[in-house]
Amino acid sequence: MSKKEIDELSGTQTTGHEWDGIKELDTPMPRWWLWTFYGTIVWAIGYCIAYPAIPLVNSATSGLLGYSSRANLEASLDDAQAAQVSFINEINTSEPSKIIADEELARFARAGGRSTFKVYCSQCHGSGAAGSEGYANLNDDEWIWGGTVEEIYTTIAHGVRYAGDDATRFNEMPAYGDGILTNEQIGLMADYVLKLSETGTQPVEMAEAHTIFAENCAACHGASGAGEPQLGGPALNNGIWLYGGDRDTIVAQISAPRHGVMPAWEGRLSDATIKQLAVYVHGLGGGQ
Amino acid sequence: MLDTPSKKSAGIEDFDVDAVNKAGTRQPLYTARKKIFPKRASGSFRRFKWLVMLLTLTVYYVTPWLRWDRGDFAPDQAVLVDLANRRFYFFFIEIWPQEFYYVAGMLVMAGVGLFLITSTVGRAWCGYTCPQTVWVDLFLVVERFFEGDRNARIKLDKQKMNPNKLARRLAKHSVWLLIGVATGGAWIFYFADAPTLLGDLVRFDAPFIAYGTIAILTATTYTFGGLMREQVCTYMCPWPRIQAAMLDEHSLTVTYNDWRGEPRSKHAKKAAAEGKSVGDCVDCNACVAVCPMGIDIRDGQQLECITCALCIDACDDVMDRLGKERGLISYATLNDYNINMRLAMDEGDRIDPNRVLKEGGGFIDKVKLTNWRSIIRPRTIAYFMVWAAIGLGMLTVLSLRARLDVNVLHDRNPLYVALTDGTYRNGYDVKILNMTPEHREVTITLEGLPGGEMWLAGQANEPQQAITMTLEPDKVLPVRLYVAADPALLDGPHTSYTIHVDDATRGETASARLKFEAPEEAFQ
Repeated sequence: MSKKEIDELSGTQTTGHEWDGIKELDTPMPRWWLWTFYGTIVWAIGYCIAYPAIPLVNSATSGLLGYSSRANLEASLDDAQAAQVSFINEINTSEPSKIIADEELARFARAGGRSTFKVYCSQCHGSGAAGSEGYANLNDDEWIWGGTVEEIYTTIAHGVRYAGDDATRFNEMPAYGDGILTNEQIGLMADYVLKLSETGTQPVEMAEAHTIFAENCAACHGASGAGEPQLGGPALNNGIWLYGGDRDTIVAQISAPRHGVMPAWEGRLSDATIKQLAVYVHGLGGGQ
Repeated sequence: MLDTPSKKSAGIEDFDVDAVNKAGTRQPLYTARKKIFPKRASGSFRRFKWLVMLLTLTVYYVTPWLRWDRGDFAPDQAVLVDLANRRFYFFFIEIWPQEFYYVAGMLVMAGVGLFLITSTVGRAWCGYTCPQTVWVDLFLVVERFFEGDRNARIKLDKQKMNPNKLARRLAKHSVWLLIGVATGGAWIFYFADAPTLLGDLVRFDAPFIAYGTIAILTATTYTFGGLMREQVCTYMCPWPRIQAAMLDEHSLTVTYNDWRGEPRSKHAKKAAAEGKSVGDCVDCNACVAVCPMGIDIRDGQQLECITCALCIDACDDVMDRLGKERGLISYATLNDYNINMRLAMDEGDRIDPNRVLKEGGGFIDKVKLTNWRSIIRPRTIAYFMVWAAIGLGMLTVLSLRARLDVNVLHDRNPLYVALTDGTYRNGYDVKILNMTPEHREVTITLEGLPGGEMWLAGQANEPQQAITMTLEPDKVLPVRLYVAADPALLDGPHTSYTIHVDDATRGETASARLKFEAPEEAFQ
């Protein structure tokens, strides 16, 4: 084993191992490969000195260059915030309607609003803001509390029927099933409302229905059922329904109304963020 | 034979040189590099190579500086790869990213072109136009300038380091590095406005990537052209390994004609006087000495040979001096070579060049000498046809291609929105591409959507049948488009229709098919 043996044909040293007369050559590594390998060792030593490398009990060596990916992330976040600060300042000092008039500012606000919406609003209103039963679709052109960007801003800032905010949007539809109207009258109202929205097929006793509607409903929903955004009375004369447009649902809503709650975002989100949200929601296609 | 001058009197030098891949010492795998000192050749092929070198280097260095007026809204650099704005400019052609298949077509043409050239004249790409060959040639010029020709270089190489050697080596390597810098420097000008970038470069204002690219290309040029040279061709390049598939017996390739050269003899006169049969090869090794690959062409076709034809020049010179026919080494096809071989073989399968010689000089008529007409044959014609068909196809498509385009993406969330007036609204992200460097006025219309109206985002109060807008030159205009329709006028929840973007001034229209979606309930 220890004796050096040179293979005659190739001139290479053998390992001394022999199987059935076949000897294994001990061909040396190619030099370029070896030098590359040594180079990586030298590099690794330098790297361990310059960068965080060796794990200690509670931390790791910090390295001469003081590199930290966490600090890098913070720095890039700071950079991003610094780049946005002029826009944010302008949004802070502008009315929402002024923001949407400024094309560049509106684009910035919409982008910010879109990402905020995904985080705070999409749980109820859906990621496409299309809403669902009990949660308003924000893409359409019906607005319970008004569809100008200022009104949307107020709704987001103060919420709807939100106990923690004194300026919150508030109304409450009486439960007409609790002895105010008879079951027949409620059924008549449901048919009448369906007629208003041009989806009803039942013949309706119009004269009586007009009277009941004018006495009980018109104050909030408008004489023609076109809604009253000032009071948060939804329009009844179109095919858009918050809780559903079939007769049973409407009967249930008149008898014992459900009252949705939306939290106030003032105090939880910055004013600039709420303005961006308002601009985004206003720009979904139905803003007035 | 007898009236030819002797080797010595003809001033023919014998070179002491071995081919790097000599059969006797050849290793199956990589072997440590053997130094080679290519001698300067002169002759028609060398002149042709100078010409090609001048041409290719000029094209490479000058192209980024050519200007081409495209008006106020596009760069005026004739050839520019504008990565930041995703545009490729080539004289009158402007290519957008989605038209990248033109570049793919160019690459296919280059590939078929390589087949064509290789099947006709062998590895002409390797021998004349490959950047590796051209730059090695350039580096050799520098080497000869500072260190002299072959013998002087060998002598210098053997010396121990001394001031003279150090000065020459330093000068050589410095100029090599300068060439490397110039090479890397020229490359980056293809990717930005050349005069501006040069200004930035010298003021150290250029982006880091520019300096990085120059540094990398300087290193590769210096290493490949100066230090590795023939090693790149032999060990790194795949082309020598696949070229055999493209050659056939009718391809012209640099060939040693042993049917007239063998038996070779260093002392031809003496051997002839002794009554031995002697060939034209006087074994002076001039062909090996000039070879930039350091090989011996007389060993036959081999993968190291880049067919630069410098051995032809060297041998023709020797043949001239000896008063013999040129072409002992020549461009020949394997077919012709085999015919000539059969003519020259005697009964004992030994080469007897006297069998192919004619009385009074020259060769017998049956001998096939270099015939350039072998270039034209079915295979090369087929390659050419394919090559030309792709080229013509691309030219046709290029001349007919659209310079106005529209891409539409339908909103998926929500797919449709019910509006208070009983209609449904669909939202689209529309991108209108103006691929000309000028302003254009276009009109958007819808076709095939009964009762369909549209408006741009923020203009819901004014639904329209046609929207007119102005496109910026060479830009994409993204617009948010809303389309509303009454389900009473539609046949079902999914309606296919077309959007047209029409430029009346230039008479160009771009169209896209889209869908209008409404809920099933609206049709019950």
